[in-house]
Amino acid sequence: MSINFRNIGLFSFMALALILTGMFQSWTLSLTILNMCLISAIMALGVNIQWGYAGLFNVGVMGFTAFGGLAAVLIAMPPVHDAWAAGGFGVLLGLMLGAASIFGAIMVWQRMKPGKLRVAALIAVLVLGYVLTRLIFAPAASAIMRVNPATEGYLGGLGLPVVLSWPVGALFAAGLAWMVGKIALGLRSDYLAIATLGISEIVIAVLKFEGWLSRGVNNVSGIPRAIPRPVELQTRDWVQALAERSGFTNAEVASVFEKLGYALLFMVVLGLLIWLSEKALNSPWGRMMRAIRDNETAARAMGKDVTRRHLMVFVLGSGVCGLAGAMMVTLDGQLTPGSYEPLRYTFLIWVMVIVGGSGNNWGAVIGGFIIWFLWVQAEPAGRWLMDTLTSGLASDSVVRTHLMTQAAHTRLIMMGLALLLMLRFAPRGLIPER
Amino acid sequence: MDPLNAIVLLANFVIVPALAYGSQLALGALGITLIYGILRFSHFAHGDIMAFGTAIVILTTWGLQSAGITFGFLPTALLALPVGIAATVLYLLAADRTVYRFYRKVRARPMIFVMASLGVMFVTNGLTRLIIGPGERRFDDGTRFVFSVRDFREWSGLAEGLALRSAQALTLVVALLAMALLFWFLNRTRSGKSMRAYSDNEDLALLSGINPERVVIITWAIAGTLMVLAGTLYGLDKSFRPFTYFQLLLPFFAAAILGGLGNPLGAIVGAYVVAFSEMGITYAWRRFFQHMLPDDWAPAGLLQLLPVDYKFAVTFAILVLVLIFRPTGIFRGKSI
Repeated sequence: MSINFRNIGLFSFMALALILTGMFQSWTLSLTILNMCLISAIMALGVNIQWGYAGLFNVGVMGFTAFGGLAAVLIAMPPVHDAWAAGGFGVLLGLMLGAASIFGAIMVWQRMKPGKLRVAALIAVLVLGYVLTRLIFAPAASAIMRVNPATEGYLGGLGLPVVLSWPVGALFAAGLAWMVGKIALGLRSDYLAIATLGISEIVIAVLKFEGWLSRGVNNVSGIPRAIPRPVELQTRDWVQALAERSGFTNAEVASVFEKLGYALLFMVVLGLLIWLSEKALNSPWGRMMRAIRDNETAARAMGKDVTRRHLMVFVLGSGVCGLAGAMMVTLDGQLTPGSYEPLRYTFLIWVMVIVGGSGNNWGAVIGGFIIWFLWVQAEPAGRWLMDTLTSGLASDSVVRTHLMTQAAHTRLIMMGLALLLMLRFAPRGLIPER
Repeated sequence: MDPLNAIVLLANFVIVPALAYGSQLALGALGITLIYGILRFSHFAHGDIMAFGTAIVILTTWGLQSAGITFGFLPTALLALPVGIAATVLYLLAADRTVYRFYRKVRARPMIFVMASLGVMFVTNGLTRLIIGPGERRFDDGTRFVFSVRDFREWSGLAEGLALRSAQALTLVVALLAMALLFWFLNRTRSGKSMRAYSDNEDLALLSGINPERVVIITWAIAGTLMVLAGTLYGLDKSFRPFTYFQLLLPFFAAAILGGLGNPLGAIVGAYVVAFSEMGITYAWRRFFQHMLPDDWAPAGLLQLLPVDYKFAVTFAILVLVLIFRPTGIFRGKSI
């Protein structure tokens, strides 16, 4: 184990960067970055399971993350009883009818003999299913959205503890991945990429426009917390005592403790995931996955069912992304469907995996940490860069003011360059696969 | 019962917009399919480079406008097109030199190319936002309509009207010209034939003395031209926003896969299928049926199959159907 020095070095460098941020900027910022680093690391782990273990190319991370995030709303928010009375039954019945007609269509396609009769039956089932679903579903959904629309207008959740939503979010994303994988796996590898790109746009569209489910662009805020909010912590005796002794204000101490609490929770989850992934990667199963990745034909000749194994690993990886999505919504305390954009939630995760080292769990984790840290800190850096570059121009020059207002976008260029340079000169990443 | 009005209504709200949108998609999907055929990877930076080229066109247009130069009744952007095309082709060639050529030399897996195109996508996206910002831009000028709803009503005396905006007419003309030129090039010229030969069988093409680097350069040049045309026409017809252009990636790919990846004719057919399904499924058919059916049969609902917000779902559904039933596309593109 000689490479360990390098890994330890990388992680301590990361810790140092966070500590310096705390000392020179603020401890709240440093801990905020740390929390998102941990979540990013989990997302990168999920992508690494798909790409690093099996070579599957998922460009729909955003969709799986957002769908996992929905679980936080559905589990933790209190149910809206009026909305349930207004249309809960209709919506559920409508959804079931929709699912039943798709299932019926699949049955018709599989069980009937090929021919004109089969096509006619298929169309009949789909049309009838669509009309029935629409008739029952649409009025129920709009009835729900009419219930107290300023603050509710949706079904609410189950009112359970929010932490429970993490595994549920993973299950949500995994179920979605199973459906996508069933369709797109086993074909050419690009097809999975394009199918995931499509499904992620659709998930976001559903979250944005199905008000009865997620309040759409009105956002669900005030999701119950896993850790008491700083406002509540401030009144505790020990916080006040600590604040007195340390010289910080009550609010600062409370906010640092809240963030530390989340960091601890996330670290437990991340540690558990790394332990499981390492176990899996070094088991016969992991060796089989890598064998499939490196030579599908040979693996198939050895009697491995490549498509099924791919489906399995795709579902697992997406599940991890969904878990991260639920954790993120828990941390934010709100679901904002309008804020999901693919560059940030899909392609940035890819930069993390490539920079960190695909195929290595620790690589994905360090990639998540470094790239998220850079992503946050690149904004002021970009502004500084633009300021220096344009300092020769007059301060009221049009070019200068334009470049200064758009300077935040230089971080996109930096991330792209990081990806391209790593891919070209160190394709195995910072912590290469063993 | 009034079928004439129904057809005019349909033409105004579905057929004309879908033809224009389909032509814009076709230009983009042609680029995707050509790059796939020659360079053998899915070019994910397509939408963002399209936005980059359009941004250059817009800036040049503004420059021309402030210099007092306009193009009469046509949009000034047409004058700015050569600048945008030149900049985009140079940009693509630079990207090829610095990024893709290395992977071609080491014969990397297609997925590595795709990954590299993600990097190019990031950089291009940042550049576009840096030079023009992430917001919405309009840059159409010149006459707005070839004929407006009112002109048409007065001329025909019908209750329903039909408008043809100049951006739509322009799109149809330019797209048809571009496609005709492209097919003439591919089928009649030596370079075009060498491109098709290279796409069909790389090794055989190399044996017969075709210079692969030259084929690659021509491919990027054609794809770049098509991208800027598609982007400018889309921007004139609707409006320019970098993120919308990124989102066009999905219909582009759906069209190219539906027609068969690597098959130019297929990409065009695929693009129109995607455009017409998107428009047809998100259109509220009530008034059409009010005209078509006897009065007492008039439908009560909107008869809209899906809300407009879900137009991606239509594209996706087409994609899924193709993947399930005919993964090689209608015209048998590259097999699995």
